[in-house]
Amino acid sequence: MKRTVYLKTLKNQTRFIQGDEAAASGALFAGCNFFAGYPITPASEIAELMAGELPKVDGYYIQMEDEIASLGAVIGAVWAGGKAMTATSGPGFSLMQENIGYACMTETPCVIVNVQRSGPSTGQATKGAQGDIMQARWGTHGDHEMIAVSPNSIQETFDLTIKAFNLSEKYRHPVIVLMDGEIGHIRERIVFPDIKKLDIVPRKLAQEKCDPFGGMKIPPMIEFGMKHQVHVTGSTHKSNGMRDVSTKEVHDELVRRLCDKIATSRDEIVMFEEKFTNDMEFLVISYGASSRPSKGAVLALRKDGMKIGLLRLITLWPFPDKIIKKCSARVKKIFVPEMNLGQISREIQRFCNVDVIPVSKIGGVPHTISEIVIKIREAVG
Amino acid sequence: MQHRLLKYLRRELLPTVFCSGCGGGTILNLFCHIIDEMNLEPNDIISVTGIGCSSWIPSPYLAVDTLHTTHGRAIAFATGVKIMQPDKKVIVIAGDGDLAGIGGNHLIHAARRNIDLTVFLVNNNIYGMTGGQVSPTTPISIKTTTTPYGNIEPPFKIAELVAAAGGVYVARWTTYHVVQLKKAMKEAIEKIGFSFVEICSQCPTSYGRRIGRHEGIDLLKDFKANAINIKNTSKYKKEELENKLILGKIVEKSRPEFVEGLKQINSKVKIKER
Repeated sequence: MKRTVYLKTLKNQTRFIQGDEAAASGALFAGCNFFAGYPITPASEIAELMAGELPKVDGYYIQMEDEIASLGAVIGAVWAGGKAMTATSGPGFSLMQENIGYACMTETPCVIVNVQRSGPSTGQATKGAQGDIMQARWGTHGDHEMIAVSPNSIQETFDLTIKAFNLSEKYRHPVIVLMDGEIGHIRERIVFPDIKKLDIVPRKLAQEKCDPFGGMKIPPMIEFGMKHQVHVTGSTHKSNGMRDVSTKEVHDELVRRLCDKIATSRDEIVMFEEKFTNDMEFLVISYGASSRPSKGAVLALRKDGMKIGLLRLITLWPFPDKIIKKCSARVKKIFVPEMNLGQISREIQRFCNVDVIPVSKIGGVPHTISEIVIKIREAVG
Repeated sequence: MQHRLLKYLRRELLPTVFCSGCGGGTILNLFCHIIDEMNLEPNDIISVTGIGCSSWIPSPYLAVDTLHTTHGRAIAFATGVKIMQPDKKVIVIAGDGDLAGIGGNHLIHAARRNIDLTVFLVNNNIYGMTGGQVSPTTPISIKTTTTPYGNIEPPFKIAELVAAAGGVYVARWTTYHVVQLKKAMKEAIEKIGFSFVEICSQCPTSYGRRIGRHEGIDLLKDFKANAINIKNTSKYKKEELENKLILGKIVEKSRPEFVEGLKQINSKVKIKER
């Protein structure tokens, strides 16, 4: 009740806020009522906003002793009926990896925001980067899929955080909002929506005692307190939740289902934005903060007569391979501006037969339009 | 006729996997007695465990909601559970490697916060499931698989550590002293705030075997022989208390509980409707 009353007061209000604040606000609108976190630049503002706002919607904020505990508390809260999120940056994201795997294995819907900063290790703590793209996909051990989205504006950060909650509930899977320090800290205009008009995916709960870990592609959840004595374990388990770590078939069936439920839903999950792709001979593929100067570069080059298109990836995982295959068949070269040494460009190369040229920049400063333009002109000749 | 306590267990999973002579069965047995004697509704209990033999005591045998977490993190997961379902008895059971080793940070911070969890640390002085490696509670000079020349690290006095960190109920008993242990476990469950019982338990397979105590009963006899009630410690010289098991209630006090504090904040924050 308190939640709707408060969020209604924000309806149609315009704000000039940071990406971090937009992620926190998106979470509140999505129905998040639990946040556990640990301070880290450049993500601390998310925790700060949640600490102030959650009590207004009858939710709970807790600052844990580290990032391992933060995601642990989030997973515990979800099984106790909460809708929960944590937020961090590279070093904390590294610490969370084991519990991300636990969330995959136990099919726990939750959202992890990673406002990426320059690494490895402590790196340039206050500078943004896009260095955790592969860690988001492969950071935890064992076979698994991942869902990760990458916003490139403040409004989109808000919208994608809501989307992340929806995807996590729909697929019973952790979802990562892969922001970068630039998007986390720049300020832009945002308009809050009418809470009543938002599409929020509710948690699918079992109506009666059933197998909460199998029997169908995405089984319904049995939360604690539903009087069904659910057993939740990160060990290999049968569809009833009971541990079976020695039967080959049990593990095979479980892990294949966990992967298939995401892999077979690629088309529903994948989001991207195409611009100027009708007549293109060349293509720029980018995402997050680096997609902004990429767009500027494409506009400048088109003004000079080059037939170049732009594909902005919004979903990074599962990888948007179909659209990349489709686009790459029609171009001579692909350019990939990103703030790392080629994490997505290598992945793109796996799906096309044309040259994929990384336009990498590290050091904590985003690309300028002219840097991208020069690189493309050099390669095109 | 089936035993009256069997209803508290997931019977289809029995017998347990514990080695013969293990203390785990005694603790599971006590747990069932406690639920019965305290008239607890099993659906009002949420059991959270870590990784290791001790975590297998309730997960999965106890027929309550059971959350079997990552290694060392049971208290962190339980913190989220308790905040969202404060009316439930949230009980953590895990071992010394789990709670005093890899999860030691969560243990002291939960005690500091005084969140209303009940933690039973089953201390068998060893990493049992992985085959007998030295743990943070292994006594000095003991030979384990990873201290082949004898342990040179002094062990944690883990109950005293929790008391110092702010636990409001802290006790230590052994699987030999079942009557006193059961009473302490009940008091810990009833106590509002962070309550903690260190349960000294025997692991003949991975610990006893290496110190010349091949049977569970040998270790239980040691518990009996080495026990000194905390009320009687003044009768002994300091050096006489070394290597003894000081048993009993170490702390019982009251201070504001964490989730109650969160709820008070929420009731203070008022929203004006436009």
